[in-house]
Amino acid sequence: MSRFPDIRTPPRAKTRGLGGRRAFSRLVLSASGILALLAGPAHAEGYGLGRAALPEEVAAWDIDIRPDGAGLPPGSGTAVEGEELYTDNCAYCHGDFGEGIDRWPVLAGGQGTLTGERPVKTVGSYWPYLSTVWDYVHRAMPFGAAQTLEDDEVYAITAYLLYMNDVVEDDFELSRESFPQVAMPNAGGFFEDTRPDTPTLTQAEPCMRDCKPGPVEIVMRARVLDVTPEEE
Amino acid sequence: MQDLGDGVDARPYGMPSGHEAHVVRRDVPWLTADPVSSVNFTPLHELDGIITPNGLCFERHHAGVAEVDPARHRLMINGLVDTPLVFTMEDIKRFPRENRLYFLECAANSGMEWRGAQLNGCQFTHGMVHCVMYTGVPLRHLLNEAGVRTNARWIMPEGADASAMTRSIPLKKAMDDCLVAFAMNGEALRPEQGYPLRIVVPGWEGNMWVKWLRRIEVGDAPWHHREETSKYTDLMENGKARRFTWEMDVKSVITNPSPQAPITHGKGHTVLTGLAWSGRGTVERVDVSLDGGRNWRPARIDGGSHPMALHRFYHEFDWDGSPLLLQSRAVDSDGHVQPTKKALRAVRGENSIYHNNGIQTWHVRAGGEVENVEVS
Repeated sequence: MSRFPDIRTPPRAKTRGLGGRRAFSRLVLSASGILALLAGPAHAEGYGLGRAALPEEVAAWDIDIRPDGAGLPPGSGTAVEGEELYTDNCAYCHGDFGEGIDRWPVLAGGQGTLTGERPVKTVGSYWPYLSTVWDYVHRAMPFGAAQTLEDDEVYAITAYLLYMNDVVEDDFELSRESFPQVAMPNAGGFFEDTRPDTPTLTQAEPCMRDCKPGPVEIVMRARVLDVTPEEE
Repeated sequence: MQDLGDGVDARPYGMPSGHEAHVVRRDVPWLTADPVSSVNFTPLHELDGIITPNGLCFERHHAGVAEVDPARHRLMINGLVDTPLVFTMEDIKRFPRENRLYFLECAANSGMEWRGAQLNGCQFTHGMVHCVMYTGVPLRHLLNEAGVRTNARWIMPEGADASAMTRSIPLKKAMDDCLVAFAMNGEALRPEQGYPLRIVVPGWEGNMWVKWLRRIEVGDAPWHHREETSKYTDLMENGKARRFTWEMDVKSVITNPSPQAPITHGKGHTVLTGLAWSGRGTVERVDVSLDGGRNWRPARIDGGSHPMALHRFYHEFDWDGSPLLLQSRAVDSDGHVQPTKKALRAVRGENSIYHNNGIQTWHVRAGGEVENVEVS
């Protein structure tokens, strides 16, 4: 028998109080808990660890947005309003026209490039869901000052990104209500994983002898376009 | 006369010999805009066995290394659960623990090589992989504690860094083998690897292994966040992209000799070695070729064979000093055979960035120098 019976677990309570798990545990033990301890698997009902999250805590931390708009807060912003916010908060890295400075991500344009040699994946050419733009701007931008934008500002910047990509007009106002009206150009551009698409043992045993007709030739060398960082 | 050395307290946390100072992670500065949102690479050519030392595990951060005080850190589970819960680190360490050896590979490992041979060194072509022993709590214990509702299908881990990293993971995987880990190789996680808590998603692409884990939401549909739409989707030749390509396919690379580790001893007996892994199980065998894939011979796996962990292979031979075209080819317990780069490009084109598990060729010249090449 454990020397510490009160760390054993009470039956699971649907109505677990806020922060009161341990007190609850002792109550149960004082009544009928000893029998439960002797019978049944030790931890079948949980471990009695952690505390219930306060609704305010969940509200403060749960910021994610889904494609169906679940999680979007009240608020709104127009593309025109977003232009100034974009210039102040985003253009330093992403460029005045969303063209991307240095190696920072390109945000606008790129339509028609996905089958080309150098695809340009932007909000307009690639991103399938508008919710992702709102969520990411709100969650992680501006770089170095994440989660400092007001909800209305996130709506406005998102609307401006849509405008930059010719998805909406400049007077478009994005809000929780207008959100479902926006059609992302590449919404149909994705499909589920279809691997395996390369050989498996069920097709053939790997070849061991004379697998190529003649001596093997070098057709390309990294030295030709050597981009290896210099050793100091 | 031999001088006396340092006493026991001179190095309270021991560091490698000064002669090993070159064995470090390295980055490729032109790859990314800023080191705060960037990647560096494990020096695979300097390592042996199957365990990566904690200080050499490659880093990938989207907003720098978060500095987290474990005493103040909390993990919240919310969403489709009976009781949203908050755990302290102390709470988490009171659940039953498991120790598991797993590789972690970035989905973009070898991504620079899709269009052809680029980088001269396996550190740069294959160094976005590491393998450590994790100590952690099976995620199902935490989820069961909160009580997962019957309509739940997905979870979404979230990080406490400035990118607040998120990914959608099927509930089935979460309940099957995911861990919430607080230790690697026997000591606390390193800050670069998510101290004090990260999620371990065995065999699946590294981006899903959210570091500085502070929240897990349970839901009935995926979130389609930035790292599973704009990034970590695999663009095919027809302009359509695969999504939710989670498993890391069977792969191997010869680490020695390689461009950063030439043969310096001249002809004679030599040891070829490398690493193999698969996100779908164990590596059943590795074959090596000295003639560019024309003829193959089985390599010897040594150091243990654990599912979804690195495997170490060796092939010892007498080098006659003539040029070699070295290749390795792994086969996993799920029957997948590591493909040639040609076979990969034939089905996926050259724009998919992620999941390049093609066979690597190193050209060993008569002098022992090694270069990254592609062959007929």
